[in-house]
Amino acid sequence: MPDYRNINVVVNGVKHELDVETRTSLGDFLRQEIKLTGTHLGCEHGVCGACTVLLDGEAVRSCLMLAVQANGHEITTVEGLAEEDGSLHPLQEAFWKHHGLQCGFCTPGMLTSLAAYLGDNPEPNERDLREAISGNICRCTGYQSIVDAALDAAKKMRGE
Amino acid sequence: MGVRYIGAEVQRMEDPKLITGHGRYVDDIVFDGMLHAAFLRSSQAHAKIHSIDASKASALSGVKRVFTLADLGPNYERRMNQLYPAPVIEQNKTQYPLAKDEVCYVGEAIAVVVADSRAIAEDALALIVVDYETLPAVIDVRTALEDGAQLAHSDATSNLMGKMRSKFGDIKDAFSKADHVFSAGFMQHRGGCHSMETRGVIARDDPWGDGLTLWTSAQSPYLIRRALANWLGEPEERIRVIAPDVGGGFGPKAGFYPEEIVIPLVARIMECPVKWIEDRQEHFISTTTQRDQYWDLEVACASDGKILGLKGKVTHENGAYIPYGILLPNSSLTPLPGAYSIPAIDVGLDIVFTNTVPNSPVRGAGRPCGIYAVERMVQVVSRRLGIDPAIVRRRNFVRPEQMPYETGAKLRGGDPVIYDSGDYEALLDKALELSDYNSFKARQTEARKEGRYLGIGISSCIEDTGMGPYEGTTVRVEASGKIVVKTGAASQGQGHHTMISMIVAENLGVTPEDIIFESADTGKFPHGIGAIGSRIAANVAPSAFDAASKVREKALKLAAEILETAEADLDIEAGIVRVNGAPDVSISLGELAIKLTPPSSTRVPKGFDPILEATSFEGSSGSPIASGTNVAEVEVDIGTGEVKVLRYSVAHDCGVMINPTIVHGQIVGGVVHGIGNALFERMIYDDQGQPLTMNYGEYLLPLASEMPRIDVAHIETPSPLNSLGVKGAGEGGTIPAAAAIIAAIENALEEFSVEIDYYPVDPQYLTGLLEASVAS
Repeated sequence: MPDYRNINVVVNGVKHELDVETRTSLGDFLRQEIKLTGTHLGCEHGVCGACTVLLDGEAVRSCLMLAVQANGHEITTVEGLAEEDGSLHPLQEAFWKHHGLQCGFCTPGMLTSLAAYLGDNPEPNERDLREAISGNICRCTGYQSIVDAALDAAKKMRGE
Repeated sequence: MGVRYIGAEVQRMEDPKLITGHGRYVDDIVFDGMLHAAFLRSSQAHAKIHSIDASKASALSGVKRVFTLADLGPNYERRMNQLYPAPVIEQNKTQYPLAKDEVCYVGEAIAVVVADSRAIAEDALALIVVDYETLPAVIDVRTALEDGAQLAHSDATSNLMGKMRSKFGDIKDAFSKADHVFSAGFMQHRGGCHSMETRGVIARDDPWGDGLTLWTSAQSPYLIRRALANWLGEPEERIRVIAPDVGGGFGPKAGFYPEEIVIPLVARIMECPVKWIEDRQEHFISTTTQRDQYWDLEVACASDGKILGLKGKVTHENGAYIPYGILLPNSSLTPLPGAYSIPAIDVGLDIVFTNTVPNSPVRGAGRPCGIYAVERMVQVVSRRLGIDPAIVRRRNFVRPEQMPYETGAKLRGGDPVIYDSGDYEALLDKALELSDYNSFKARQTEARKEGRYLGIGISSCIEDTGMGPYEGTTVRVEASGKIVVKTGAASQGQGHHTMISMIVAENLGVTPEDIIFESADTGKFPHGIGAIGSRIAANVAPSAFDAASKVREKALKLAAEILETAEADLDIEAGIVRVNGAPDVSISLGELAIKLTPPSSTRVPKGFDPILEATSFEGSSGSPIASGTNVAEVEVDIGTGEVKVLRYSVAHDCGVMINPTIVHGQIVGGVVHGIGNALFERMIYDDQGQPLTMNYGEYLLPLASEMPRIDVAHIETPSPLNSLGVKGAGEGGTIPAAAAIIAAIENALEEFSVEIDYYPVDPQYLTGLLEASVAS
């Protein structure tokens, strides 16, 4: 028989209290229960990074984590990166400017991973950034424009 | 003329929704009452199926029904149709939508569970019992044609699907007068699709309303509509196929899959929408891949490195079924002789069935293989004769003054391969300059003093792009003044929305933001072909340009009558038609559109058809040939066999670039795909046909940390074959990449006399070669 637990989570600043099946991954929970489909499931075995979200500001793979483990935590998805007034996060701006995406499927995970990384390391060089996204697979861009975008965004975020 | 957009680095119109998480991929689409499907797939590479017992699965709470082939209905126990029939196909093996009594690869769909949720459907899969009788599997393509070989299909006469040959010039004469004849054998393996979005289908049937609608992650929605209509025996008009946002395609999403039959039929039977989303494990075993080719070639040349002839044989692995005609093997042969003027060629190719996933094109299709083969032989000539590989290329290139140059080869449709334009030596010069080729020897010597092994490799290519027949566009001005642009061309991330909007905006005197863009929906535009073979820009750009020109013409003619002036005195800027020199005398495109769509009891202006709209199917009058040269610089660790790409330079010519930013992205992404082929990606099967690389820990894709910065330079030689001078750009990065990397590895290991006869070049293979070399 399905086993359910009641959880409380804050997603992109909005509180949710609901019953979830214990086996539901955080990724499926966000997409199917909270109806935020910006988080994408690319491999469901923790390698491609498309499903990355921020859990209390740390980048986590939402395919490798159960929804019940998020109980009591704050989650930010790609939909929560922009300001409330719609103004884009510097990373989003830079991805757009530098053609940092083609099909866009890996993009949410790239953005969330880099948002967390730039929080920890605001002055990265190209090599740092290539390591930082080495857990995120992109089949389209060859990564170069993503790295360029992240360098530019980091600069903007430092106020330069 | 208003603002120029063609050639400008316009930021993509697609991006705002994709960077904020508001894309609509198939799995993001949800309908009330929708059920979820999961497929039971064969665990055997080759087996008879005696029985399928789904009773326990059907009884599971939340399961609505389990379907085998017989449950789809008595009319549907038929194999799928051949999408691209060809005389070459001697044994036309296509699969049943669900296996009937024999499975021929691990992953072949056998049954489908429909349930309240995907999780429950997957639970039920484990409860289905299949009684298999295992049959011998054919895995090694090299022995599959031997007498007495096991058969990949129990009712086949042999494992030969068919034979092809590219033959022109006097090959005997070429070899008889050659100063040297060199030979080389090599295996080329190209991996799978691995778009970050897997495949997926939603079907909804509304027999009294909209008919059957499919949302599918696909490159060719019109091909799917036709194939499904044909197979069902139903009118195309009652089937609508929509490719919403698609998360990458790369070739394997260009075909028609069993799931695109099964899910619609199941939705029809269940009378509710049904969704199936491929998971990544299924992607490895059910999405078509491009696998092994074994090449044995001989090259005839003069002492100065001039190549006189090329002959040999290719064994091409086809997988278990033929989903896609002979497009893949054919496109392996047509690029011969590459960028060179080689007077005689005779290369035969055997297409061979194995018990592995059916094969289809992956980015570049067979072109990377054909070009690799030619570049490999240039490398062989260069090494054996001790002539710099750049010089061998210079001595053999087709020269600009030879254009249009007919190679002697034939395209799939029978048309001759004609190089329309290009300057291959200029591309070589540019790539050599970008890569500091002339100072490489010094870098190599310096590094060698530190015990580091550096190598450099060159690869040049041509690419037939823009195959016909067309990819049409409709441009319509609506009453609001917004411009509706519709096309059949489907995008999987290439930026068609932006590219087409730029062309229409420039021609019509509006901004790209004024354009409402609709594509990849068979309900919105009558017909399209598909995003394959770098064909969209060279087909849709001319049609968009032409349709916009016609709308402009019509608008100016009507405005001239209304404003009582000559058409020549009018111009359109920001959507307003103005009289030159009298800017206050004007009328907007929206107002003109209203004049042509007037209310009742009024008239359309005399001499005009209703609606400010035009459709064009103008394309290219042949295949524009793109070209390029890549130079790779690598470092090889002779202890571990690890290869690091230090530097990568590309000179590319895709004619006039509509949006250089988008072209740049295509080239860099394409190169990285090619580097993945050269060094990482390999789908491995054991000798029983069990796939061994089923996740991204085992099947390696290129990662940011392993990729170099790629320097790209462009030459723009306009194609004479279309109105805008454009050539395709989607695959030109991938096609030459493997040859450049592998030549560079050999160059790094020159003192070990290592000859690479296989790719992907993994560390085990390379250390093996090094050990053998040291031992000898």
